[in-house]
Amino acid sequence: MSQKIKLYDATKCTGCRGCQLACKQWNSLPAGQTENHGSYQNPQTLNPSTWLLIRFDEIAAGDDGVKWLFRKDSCMHCSDAACVIACPSGALFHTSHGTVALDQKKCIGCKQCTIVCPFGVPQYDPGTEKVAKCDMCFSRLENNLEPACVKACPTGALQFGEAGEMREVIKDRLAALGGEGRLYGDQFVGGTHLLYILPADPRQYSGLPIRPQVPAALSTWKDILKPLALLAPGAVLAGTFFHYLTKGPKDVTEYGRKGDS
Amino acid sequence: MTNHWNDIANSDCILIMGSNAAANHPISFKYVTEAQARGAKLISVDPRFTQTSAKADIYAALRSGTDIAFLGGMIKYLLDHNLIQHKYVEHYTNATFLVNPGFKLPGDNEGVFSGLEGSRYDKSTWSFQTDDAGIVKKDPTMQDPHCVFQLLKKHYARYTPELVSRITGTPIDKLLAVYEAYTATGAVGKAGTIMYAMGWTQHTVGVQNIRTMSIIQLLLGNMGVTGGGVNALRGEANVQGSTDHALLFHILPGYLKTPVASLPTLAAYNAKFTPATKEENSLNWWSNYPKYSASLLRSLYGHEVSLEEAYAYLPKLDDGANYSWLTLFDRMYNGDFEGFFAWGQNPACSGPSSNKTRAALGRLDWMVNVNLFDNETGSFWRAPGQDPSKIKTEVFMLPCAASIEKEGSITNSGRWMQWRYKAVNPPGEARPDGEIISELHYRLKDLYAAEGGPLAGAITQLSWDYGPKNAAGRIRHLDTQMIAREINGYFLEDVEIKGTVYKKGSLVPSFALLQDDGSTSSGNWLYCNSCTEKGNQATRRGSVDKSGVGLYSDWAWCWPVNRRIIYNGASVDPESGQPWDKKDPVIFWQGGKWVGDVPDGVAAPGSGRKPFIMKPHGVASIFGPGLAEGPFSEHYEPLESPVKKNLLSAQMNNPVIKRWDREGSGAAVDARATSDPRFPLVCTTYRVSEHWQSGLMTRWCPWLAEMQPGLFVELSPELAKLKGINNGDAVMINSIRGEVEAVAVVTRRLRPFNLDGNIVHQVALPWHYGWVTTRMREYVIGDKKPEVFTSGDSANLLTPFIGDANTMIPESKAFMVNVSKKGA
Repeated sequence: MSQKIKLYDATKCTGCRGCQLACKQWNSLPAGQTENHGSYQNPQTLNPSTWLLIRFDEIAAGDDGVKWLFRKDSCMHCSDAACVIACPSGALFHTSHGTVALDQKKCIGCKQCTIVCPFGVPQYDPGTEKVAKCDMCFSRLENNLEPACVKACPTGALQFGEAGEMREVIKDRLAALGGEGRLYGDQFVGGTHLLYILPADPRQYSGLPIRPQVPAALSTWKDILKPLALLAPGAVLAGTFFHYLTKGPKDVTEYGRKGDS
Repeated sequence: MTNHWNDIANSDCILIMGSNAAANHPISFKYVTEAQARGAKLISVDPRFTQTSAKADIYAALRSGTDIAFLGGMIKYLLDHNLIQHKYVEHYTNATFLVNPGFKLPGDNEGVFSGLEGSRYDKSTWSFQTDDAGIVKKDPTMQDPHCVFQLLKKHYARYTPELVSRITGTPIDKLLAVYEAYTATGAVGKAGTIMYAMGWTQHTVGVQNIRTMSIIQLLLGNMGVTGGGVNALRGEANVQGSTDHALLFHILPGYLKTPVASLPTLAAYNAKFTPATKEENSLNWWSNYPKYSASLLRSLYGHEVSLEEAYAYLPKLDDGANYSWLTLFDRMYNGDFEGFFAWGQNPACSGPSSNKTRAALGRLDWMVNVNLFDNETGSFWRAPGQDPSKIKTEVFMLPCAASIEKEGSITNSGRWMQWRYKAVNPPGEARPDGEIISELHYRLKDLYAAEGGPLAGAITQLSWDYGPKNAAGRIRHLDTQMIAREINGYFLEDVEIKGTVYKKGSLVPSFALLQDDGSTSSGNWLYCNSCTEKGNQATRRGSVDKSGVGLYSDWAWCWPVNRRIIYNGASVDPESGQPWDKKDPVIFWQGGKWVGDVPDGVAAPGSGRKPFIMKPHGVASIFGPGLAEGPFSEHYEPLESPVKKNLLSAQMNNPVIKRWDREGSGAAVDARATSDPRFPLVCTTYRVSEHWQSGLMTRWCPWLAEMQPGLFVELSPELAKLKGINNGDAVMINSIRGEVEAVAVVTRRLRPFNLDGNIVHQVALPWHYGWVTTRMREYVIGDKKPEVFTSGDSANLLTPFIGDANTMIPESKAFMVNVSKKGA
């Protein structure tokens, strides 16, 4: 299989949130009880049953103007993926498409990925004691289908294809935008498989890291401890131990609970 | 739409005004984005900075209800700068026509046109000068002071940028930026399009808003061309279809007129509504009116009932009577009705002044609520604050099938009739609307047969060949394909036309072959050609675009006669026949015929045939005497306004709107508060992507409710500071008619307006919510609870009970409120 890239061209995004809904539909994710907190953005952050969230940022522009920025917040699918490095159980893995998928059956709920991900993507669900995140619709990719969010997008803000072809698309689009678009995602973590074209400085987007990186401490883990742990008869046990050492006992939050009636 | 969705991609400049298409017609942005990628400019004019504005090259804010002032300024700008497409205006519009010298403009007549008598116009001066032969006098140089062009110039000369800015609150530099960008499409070969929706229609001057833009489009030569047109973005998938098939009281299918009491015979009816012209080269298509009315009567009553008898069966309106929404609900409120079918609608949330609507429902003996879910209308008697023991109305709930649970057609905004198949069976006892109507019809037939009644034949004689029949001659179930064929129409006898014999029982190929002698039927002449001996054209799925300009003529079917861009006869030079736009032509002359779209109204190049064939004179109306409030548009203030006077004239409001408000007396639901210090904020209602209409289908969907969980109101940081409101606070919004609670969304996307030196604030709230899906209401056994609750009730609790003078659509987009922190 070849490397795939999903492009999110924010210059074409209208914030209609068709993608946010399609993600829930394809992945059978429940809705939670939400409230309006003074913004269109809802839920307010990613959570175990929201793997794709359109963020809305308002920026003052000039004396009396405003910019309304939309951003698709979801897994960036790093080539150098901190979550995969940290994952002691092999639940998180690189697919042959270059994307990062998650085998929930193998997840031991150690939460390492939630700590090390520079984008804050993996979400721990205290109900199932497992993490959850976008796998770029691995099941669809395996059947030669584009991710559900891409299929739902009406404007072409989301596009998907072979890495080489997508780099051409990006090159053409950046040229057409004549300096008004910037590429985000190719400069760090070995390059991401979700790339953004942004019409504004990345610093103007809430929750978007400027220099995302794999935490340095992970190198030690990656190079020394993890191979040892995987050699050990019980990788699960090792992971759990590691988790206990770093995080202590389980902390349960109310986060992402489905609304009751 | 005169054009169609895909065609937006061909535009050079897209004006989105009275619409937030990015949020409410998200798919349209596929084509808007495509046009932008080809270099088109996008302009957004809106009181709020919306998702559409976020994508626009130019954004201009205007105060709700001042669109005519804004656009009137554009007309002045393009005339002052001589940006009109001259040949187009001269040949294809009535700009050259000479008007009755007795006609007066509002600038010379206290803000009204000549002929105002009380609250209606005597239109006798809104006429053209004719010569002895009855032909309209014209001045091709357009210099005569009585010609339409000169009157137009004089009328809109009053709309200076300075005055427009004082009225609209739009800064002058923004006005000029919009004017300059849009009027650049007057260049030959350039096209600009308008995308509008309820932000234009839901005003006391709604139709005139659109007319102002129509004038602009004609002056710029943007009608009939690719990437141009006047494009109404419909609020539901099938609004166009339901209008075509006469959902409204004043029309019969195909925009034939509803008969009135003073027209007792078919001959009198046809004579009244069949226009005549002395104009050379004018096809005057409506001269075929008697063919369409006869064919409709045949479709209703079959071949055995004479045409005159069938006409006698049709219900007649009292002359001048109005049975639009506002009138009906006012009468219901006053106890004039016993029963009411609320069919596929939710008036308790969607109608204006909801407290009035909700009270009106309580004055019925019975109501039948046909819907997918329980709603605020069906359950009005147990709404918070209601006492069921005091309400006599008996409510029957009939569950119906959703669109995917039945087969049939929808006609989209672009006039495409598209066939849809059933995907799943309806749940439980739910039935398709058509089946419910069919059953109701048989019950009525039985009652009339048993008990008789005035004009019983109107019901008992109705033909009903809509499916396979049982032994008693009654249909067992509806076959929508048979309905499609009846809408198209049949030959009822062997008919010979121009040497070809069409056999009795065969489908009529096109409305040009319909007859006035009763030998053809057609349920809707506009759809004649949609379902012929070649099959049901709406089912076609040809996805190859042979035209190269996105017509996709083999995909589904488009009225009329599969013409994708109407008025396309105006897309070519009147003398040479060359397309104005040689790059993206709609039609062009090749090998002795027109190629491309189905040509509209054109004969061979240079023949002089006038392209606007639905107008008696064959040209488009810059001077349009058909509307209630004037042949040109004029700015009037909304019924409720923040200003004490109309800066343009002495006439404050549209002089010919029907008024229910009784200032200082009468019921609170009819009250109005204009330039009233208690209600200092301009308010408008709108929609969000995630919810649809009154929210009945979307509030029950947890994924959608999660994204937009409740009523909110958008206000500027300046106003929030003034009122001590923080982002996310619970606030109350009050109008003189009602109040709602909402969450404050404090945003720079709303800016205070400077109106003639005064700072005026505008607020805005969506109208999708209702109490039925809230957490706070009482649920009893058997009530479905939503998986995700929404909060808040209908924004229509605030809106005024007033409508447009032509259509009576309510003025939901401009009224006055106050906002305060809850509990403060």
